Amino acid sequence: MTTATPPATPSVPRALRRARRRSTALGVLAWAAGLAFCLPALWMLLTSLHAEPDAATNPPSLFAPLTLDGYRTFFGADTGVTPWPPLLNSLGASVFSTLLVLLLALPAAYALSIRRVRKWTDVMFFFLSTKMLPVVAGLLPVYLFAKNAGTLDNIWLLVLLYTSMNLPIAVWMMQSFLADVPVSVIEAAQVDGARLPTVLARVVAPMAAPGIAATALICFIFSWNELLFARVLTGVVAQTAPVFLTGFVTSQGLFLAQLCAASVVVSLPVLAAGYAAQDKLVQGLSLGAVK
Amino acid sequence: MTTAVGTTPQSPPRPPAAPRPKRPGARAWATRAPLLPALVFLVVVTQLPFVATLVISLFDWNSLSPDKRAFNGLGNYASVFTDAALRESVLNTILLTAGVVLTTVVLGLALALLLDRAFFGRGMVRTLLITPFLIVPVSAALLWKHALYNPEYGLLNGTLSGIGELFGDTDPAQPDWIAQMPLLAVVAALVWQWTPFMMLILLAGLQSRPAEVVEAARLDGASAWQTFRYLTLPHLRRYLELGVLLGAVYIVQNFDAVFTITAGGLGTANLPYTIYQTFYQAHEYGLASAAGVVVVIGTIIIATFALRTVSSLFSEEANRA
Repeated sequence: MTTATPPATPSVPRALRRARRRSTALGVLAWAAGLAFCLPALWMLLTSLHAEPDAATNPPSLFAPLTLDGYRTFFGADTGVTPWPPLLNSLGASVFSTLLVLLLALPAAYALSIRRVRKWTDVMFFFLSTKMLPVVAGLLPVYLFAKNAGTLDNIWLLVLLYTSMNLPIAVWMMQSFLADVPVSVIEAAQVDGARLPTVLARVVAPMAAPGIAATALICFIFSWNELLFARVLTGVVAQTAPVFLTGFVTSQGLFLAQLCAASVVVSLPVLAAGYAAQDKLVQGLSLGAVK
Repeated sequence: MTTAVGTTPQSPPRPPAAPRPKRPGARAWATRAPLLPALVFLVVVTQLPFVATLVISLFDWNSLSPDKRAFNGLGNYASVFTDAALRESVLNTILLTAGVVLTTVVLGLALALLLDRAFFGRGMVRTLLITPFLIVPVSAALLWKHALYNPEYGLLNGTLSGIGELFGDTDPAQPDWIAQMPLLAVVAALVWQWTPFMMLILLAGLQSRPAEVVEAARLDGASAWQTFRYLTLPHLRRYLELGVLLGAVYIVQNFDAVFTITAGGLGTANLPYTIYQTFYQAHEYGLASAAGVVVVIGTIIIATFALRTVSSLFSEEANRA
């Protein structure tokens, strides 16, 4: 599927024609693989657009009429139970923790890349090591603390935990982005009398803006997806969207179209953020180790 | 969630130390100050709870009978290693992690190789391929459990009966996927989600491969297989290591898929799920903490290798800078 194969003239050597055919075949194979991997997601989307009786048939009804009933039910058209509180809780926890991450990570990355502290690689690896260790190992004390302090079922607790979960990733990513900011510009600003907060806000942040945006999107995705903390530490009031999804099935019986609609809605922000950060995604996921 | 893992990875070679004039303390603190909020925050929010877990792991403590809380020494650890259910969840964690990581690396490598070449609509195919990774994990697990695996109307059995009908088979096989192969069902769903991650890392590796060298090999008459075996694979080695180790670190911790697809039933409970269950439902705080510490020790072993790998990539970066 590379360049359209021109009509084979005798002047095109046979080896070249064979190479072109092979290349086309590999292109087709790549498309097939892409579609195969996307198929479950597309199936989820299609099912969400079917009426309940058409969603759960065997063999599947591919050409059943499309409807938005699944979405209407999910948003509480019949039951009055709306998903807005959990969606807003997820949004709040993710956005506030992302902001806090940026606020803490930007100065730290500055100290690790531009004004290098001594032993900066050791500090980098300390950050990384906190990310490598399982969250379950610290969950119980956090739960007990929250219970005694009366902060269970509160999104601000999630904000703090999500910040600690994402801070190492953000420091690593931003360190590699800030390393690309020319030191001379920063020095010029300092000569003009700018102090650190001004330098960060006016000089470093704008120059590293694309990298900072990608970091923010990745932190947002991880916070939005998180289930274990949210499941243990929130209840009714601060329930997040993933927790709501897990309860959704058991409490109302199984309505497949509605479940798929719910899954699509909850995944939409992550899909949007992920497609937007596509180029920087791998750098974030590999903690900045791969550029 | 603990102190620095294992040995400190070697920092990049420094230039021969020219004795620097001693800086006044204030200057040094001014350099360090921007770092401190992040460091202090992380120590408080991640390290302190782990220390508390260590302490709790030494107590016999069930929250349903708070009066009987007593110091138990290493008793909980002995239980962790002798309890059959916990041993099974250790085994499950290993099987799950190894199965998912190895499969995703092989699939991810194949996909990365396919995507490393120019073809019509490459950007679109890449977007299609990363989609599984961008479905919220809980949604993905629910999708597999209900829309794909369901024995009565799931897509898998639906396709089987659809194909059966085509060939006049009125009674096609309709396996109950989750009941018959629970661990494999969880593995398949995770492989679907994590293959894009491996693909992205390996694709980044492939694209960092110097084009001239590959071109030179081709001109020298190396076959595609020879180029792959002797050029691409050695170049990819560190990316493969990085993918395996980061994948292992992420998947050892997996909770969402096990919790959603099987709820730890049918012998699929892994350590994170078992720990969650031990403290959240069985209220065995001491035992859960000891199991948590054991997971940490296991992860330290993996993470030490992971840090070395990241460190080698990173020190190249540092030297280039």
